[in-house]
Amino acid sequence: MNETLQAAVEGISGRFKVQTAEFRGDVTLLVPNDQVVDICRVLHDEFDFDTLPLETAVDYHPKTSPRFHVVYGLYSTKTHLYLYLRAPVDGENPHISTVESVYKSANWREREIFDLFGIIFDGHSDLRRLEMPPDWEGHPLRKDYPLGYEEVQFTFNFDEIDLRKPKGER
Amino acid sequence: MREIQEFSLDDLKHLLSPRALTGETVVLNMGPQHPSTHGVLRLILELDGETIVNCIPDIGFLHTGIEKNMESKTYMKAEVMTDRMDYLFTLGNNLTYALAVEKLVGIPVPPRADSVRVILTELSRISSHLIWIGTSALDLGAMSVFLYAMREREMILDIFELVSGQRMMTTYIRPGGLWRDVPVQFNELLQQFIDIMPKRIDEYESLLTHNSLFLERTQGIGVIDIPTALNWNVSGPTLRAAGMAHDLRKTNPYCGFEQYDFEVPTQTTGDVYGRYLVRVAEMRESVKIVQQALDKMPMGPSLTYDNKFIPPPRSEIGVSMESLIHHFKYWTEGFLPPAGSVYAAVESPRGELGVFLESDGGPKPYRVHYRTPSIPLISAFSILAKGHMVSDMVAIISSIDLVLGDADR
Repeated sequence: MNETLQAAVEGISGRFKVQTAEFRGDVTLLVPNDQVVDICRVLHDEFDFDTLPLETAVDYHPKTSPRFHVVYGLYSTKTHLYLYLRAPVDGENPHISTVESVYKSANWREREIFDLFGIIFDGHSDLRRLEMPPDWEGHPLRKDYPLGYEEVQFTFNFDEIDLRKPKGER
Repeated sequence: MREIQEFSLDDLKHLLSPRALTGETVVLNMGPQHPSTHGVLRLILELDGETIVNCIPDIGFLHTGIEKNMESKTYMKAEVMTDRMDYLFTLGNNLTYALAVEKLVGIPVPPRADSVRVILTELSRISSHLIWIGTSALDLGAMSVFLYAMREREMILDIFELVSGQRMMTTYIRPGGLWRDVPVQFNELLQQFIDIMPKRIDEYESLLTHNSLFLERTQGIGVIDIPTALNWNVSGPTLRAAGMAHDLRKTNPYCGFEQYDFEVPTQTTGDVYGRYLVRVAEMRESVKIVQQALDKMPMGPSLTYDNKFIPPPRSEIGVSMESLIHHFKYWTEGFLPPAGSVYAAVESPRGELGVFLESDGGPKPYRVHYRTPSIPLISAFSILAKGHMVSDMVAIISSIDLVLGDADR
């Protein structure tokens, strides 16, 4: 691990309860759900991680706890290093605090995650859908979202499939 | 039929000024069907007379669910969809995806493939900037630049067609190297282009750089400063025009960019004109990089030696049973990378283009996320547009060079 990155990781793990993992040179910290904003603020103010290029989520359905991971990719324009954070989010109660107060760019990233995963960002200034229409039902990037293909009917199962086909209404 | 629910003023109350509710200012839709929005971008403008008080961008009209779709394809088949996102930087989309898969699996890439990758993505950058210089001049009323820019872009597309058989949706850069080696005519055609291009860039500059009408429309318009740009994660030429020499090709080199000698052009004004100057200078630098890469291009294979992750050569399939089995397994089942997640990023003509790739150890990506430069750029419209006229909005939209396919995915 790079020395500058090592210092940042040690600075964080001394103050917060985090787990460190390294894969292919990418250093990821697994951080508690309720301390994301504090950790981001420390990394932003003290360790020069001044941009947030990546914020997305991963769905581990059918696991419910934690069902989601919100992934943050922080980048420093001074040291040119990436640091990744992962915060678990419960499937029954998908809430996490917004990091908008630290990185303004989180505004649209979090709107996108809310739109596609249904994770609610507490304290977000403008939590509307970003990609899907405002009246859309469901969150498409969840693993249990129906894919919506049409079943192929053959002579032996024509009636059976015909019964559960949607008939011109949504 | 369900009734289609639309935005109402109540939903957007927190983004507009209180004057909008009393009717003192007018709320106006610009787009999604508007010739200057470069695609299907809807801007909700709050206007006081002709001055923009607030600008609320609304995207999603081109959302095609590519990230969801890629989850149900094998790693090789999912790549075909990456071309369709940023349709002006298709080879760069391939490259980002290939870099992410290579990082995830640990596939070594031969030096010749790296050289060709550099040449082709730099050509893509020039072609994207050509479209940009043409359309943004067109938006400001300078018609002829567009025609000249299209002429040179055609030369680049001819090179793409020569190497891959496709003009735009090439899928030429694959995990492990290239689809196949470049044909023999490649060097000659490329050298012709390199010889012509700098003179042609002079031509565009003679039409625009000192054109007083162009200066009037662009200087001091849509200014953004470095701290704001970083906080909104604006990258690429928009950030460099504000004065920060940040370029992933220099700071986090990929594909051997560290061995080429090039400058990162910057300006300090941060306005539309600054972005114009940065992009024109970038085109010249790209031509320089292409020339160096062509001169240095090593001989050798264009695909990795690790045969587990590449299809077998066609010549072997007819004579080797193992190759035939591998060919079949490769295209039906795919390969199995280790479980884990990686992020790889390249410098696109608009900024940082990255791929977040998570694998669960199966043959299909568990989650693919494209971190596209257009989203932060569009979200920054609310800052860029404030206090300008509606007609300046056209200049601002074209200056940040947005691609809606890139933003909506």
